[in-house]
Amino acid sequence: MAIDLDLKAAIAATRFGLGARTGEIRQARSDPQGYLTAQIRPEGADQPQADAPGSAERFGEFREYQEQRKQARADGDPKSDPVKMAARMLRDDTGVDYLARMQLAARTNAAFRERWALFWANHFTVSATKFVTATLVGPFEQEAIRPHVFGRFEDMLVASSSHPAMLLYLDQAQSVGPDTMAARFLARGRKTAGINENLAREIMELHTVGVDAGYAQADVTEFAKAMTGWSIGGLKEADDRRGRFVFRVAAHEPGARTIMGKRYAEDGQGQALAVMADLAASPHTARHLATKLARHFVADDPPPSLVARLQRNYLETGGHLGALARTLVTSPEAWDPPARKFKTPYEFMVSSWRAADSIPSEIASIAPVLNSMGQKPFSAPSPKGWPEEAQVWCAPDAVIKRMVWAEAFAAKALGDRDPNAVAAAALGARLSPLVGTAIAMAETRPEGLSILLMSPEFQRR
Amino acid sequence: MTVLPNLSRRGALLGALGLGVTIEFLGSRAYAAVDGAIARKKLVVIVCRGGLDGLSLSPPVGDPNYQALRGAIAIAPFGDAGGALKLDGAFGLHPAMSATHALAQKGEARIAPAVATPDRARSHFEAQDVLENGATAAYGVDSGWLNRALSAMGPAGRVKAISVGPTAPLILRGPIEAASWSPGGGADRDHRLPGILADLYAHDPLLGPALASGLNTEAMAKVATGEAAALTPADAGGLTGEGAPGGTGGAAMMEAQAGSGGAALRPVLRQGLPQARKLGATLAGFMTQANGKQVAAVSIDGFDTHANQGAAQGQLATRLAYVDAFLDGLADGLGPAWGDTVVVMATEFGRTARVNGTGGTDHGTASTALLLGGALKKGGIVGDWPTLAQNRLFEDRDTAPTMDMRGLFKGVLRDHLGVERAALDRSVFPDSAAVAPVAGVV
Repeated sequence: MAIDLDLKAAIAATRFGLGARTGEIRQARSDPQGYLTAQIRPEGADQPQADAPGSAERFGEFREYQEQRKQARADGDPKSDPVKMAARMLRDDTGVDYLARMQLAARTNAAFRERWALFWANHFTVSATKFVTATLVGPFEQEAIRPHVFGRFEDMLVASSSHPAMLLYLDQAQSVGPDTMAARFLARGRKTAGINENLAREIMELHTVGVDAGYAQADVTEFAKAMTGWSIGGLKEADDRRGRFVFRVAAHEPGARTIMGKRYAEDGQGQALAVMADLAASPHTARHLATKLARHFVADDPPPSLVARLQRNYLETGGHLGALARTLVTSPEAWDPPARKFKTPYEFMVSSWRAADSIPSEIASIAPVLNSMGQKPFSAPSPKGWPEEAQVWCAPDAVIKRMVWAEAFAAKALGDRDPNAVAAAALGARLSPLVGTAIAMAETRPEGLSILLMSPEFQRR
Repeated sequence: MTVLPNLSRRGALLGALGLGVTIEFLGSRAYAAVDGAIARKKLVVIVCRGGLDGLSLSPPVGDPNYQALRGAIAIAPFGDAGGALKLDGAFGLHPAMSATHALAQKGEARIAPAVATPDRARSHFEAQDVLENGATAAYGVDSGWLNRALSAMGPAGRVKAISVGPTAPLILRGPIEAASWSPGGGADRDHRLPGILADLYAHDPLLGPALASGLNTEAMAKVATGEAAALTPADAGGLTGEGAPGGTGGAAMMEAQAGSGGAALRPVLRQGLPQARKLGATLAGFMTQANGKQVAAVSIDGFDTHANQGAAQGQLATRLAYVDAFLDGLADGLGPAWGDTVVVMATEFGRTARVNGTGGTDHGTASTALLLGGALKKGGIVGDWPTLAQNRLFEDRDTAPTMDMRGLFKGVLRDHLGVERAALDRSVFPDSAAVAPVAGVV
């Protein structure tokens, strides 16, 4: 069945993009699919910040802060002003990162490219639930995710798994092989040292093959041993190591490993790389990623034919994500008119700014709202990332919080523009007569915009 | 297309919003008279996410292998500084759990020290799903066992339930509509918008029920936190009695819902102990007011202690102190109703018996479930203790499970809320006839 171009243009901007800015649906109308495929580019996603300090610099600042705090404690004044100020500066950096990302989302002309990047950032979640990782989530996305989103999946997997933020978030940095010089050295200093299997497990369960791929505890333990030595350079190390990925030969458990039935010879850092290459190439991984993508872009319960097509494309191209993006937007199932995805709080707020042609200006007023709707900035509840299911986000309390925010936003954002025109530009052919009439009958302009933002069709994509 | 008539009903719908409340009050009062004792019973289920370390929550300090396995993160013996709070010769509670310990000394808190779900994958997400969906596998069941237990207790709306937190947890998702609430909020800016939206959501299966429930709960929150006079059935009747054009009734109801903080909301957790206690007290308010909630589900996260877990102090101790304050506020706030209450606190899995190389513990198997409430039977630990002897550890790493978590939940649902065995075996916990309800808890 041919879907008319007006509806396709509206779907391109709202489902694949981040919600239409004024004129976007008109721009997409001549060739909605081409509008999206033109956003795919080998150099990857856009960068929210042009000249932000990288993760090595941030890590150094964090370690210096820790030293200061230790010193202040020794001096008997753990809450001295300089220490508190340092903590605040580190937290401020995180706020700046998040705001920059939201501003990019609110104003970009390549919103499909940005949604695609956000999907992969969530796939490789680093959460700000630890102070040290909080300062690194922004740099992680810039350094490990965004450059690779249209490249090979394996490259992104390696970039993520060797990034300081991930090494700290999932406790890999401190994992030490028990039969190593490092373990013996630490034992002499009466420090315990050993394997931490957290990252190895999540790479298998969440990032690649998935929990139902048939691996066992022993496979996780073996992979964790292969990964020993993947660590971060400390404060006292040379500039080219400090706060960066390092491979510590002395902490790497020697010997061959067997993972999911395949033997990996001892090869230092290369041993884990060889495992990752096989994990990335696995049909289980293709299935896992295809399902997640279809679930994110189309429906919580995605069409099996779409999942199968994406899986096939992934395997045919050796995990080329640019080709996968092209396959997604040229699949007919992805253009099915009913909007089945309920927006997350982040998507809801970003699409509100886009509808009002405004951009967010201060993190202080945004973060508490996202908290209240259940999506605290950079703080996914677990390594699995933010959930997709409508039922999670459409809890009664969260709907009230959306309504309260929509009213406050509408009161400030609209100025003297006509909410009927804003609604037509934001939803195009997806605007229902029922909602259109309700906006037309609104008592005030802000009330009209509130109705648009809280309408069933704007809450979905 | 009947667009215009629909919209012209806006005023009437505002009234209907109030009407919905009235019906609910009358309905539950009628059942209360019929159901007698069961209608007074209250159940709170707390899901601790991340894998709560049972060997720290209820340290078996009398187990001869405990100190050696745990090293630096072992809780010290009874009587030592920072030592375990004594329950019996073998078990204590973590020193941060002082309020819970006081309840235990009155016979109002007990532990089940070796409980596990049927899941053995050691995946948080799979294990949490199994803990909450009540099945034997993570996939294929998309409603929660607590919701299906409500179904088994009677028609929709008969037993009211609420989840605390901004998102709806799986355990309470399902055919029976449950309220959800988190601190803050307030829908007081514009009295018109909720009515307009209720109209637009009339045929929306997701947003319609969510908005109606959210508005209703906001009104109850005002009562629970003492910021508004109690809504009685008579008051609610009054709302519909004022059904003047323009929706005065709706406006009056929204008045009752006026929130304190507007959009400036803070996350529930990590706010310190007074807030935790207040959160417990507020939940108690929801449960004790007229037409209150009988069943509540609470999620608390932050238990995935892979590194630097700490012992008497540290990361896990801070989290447990938060839990203890919440429980204290809940017990205190329930007042006389505490005698009719059971609280079950469980986690998706326990953690490794041995401390790992980074001062933490990794994903394990059995853990401790904590039972509280004035409705508990007095007694010692619930279930058997497998001990930490090396040949008794599950796969040479974890506390071995001696009790199926479903059996524990089944015992509570049967003996506390009167849910029939047949329903427990078939619909609440599918295909679980082989798992008997644990007796002697309530």
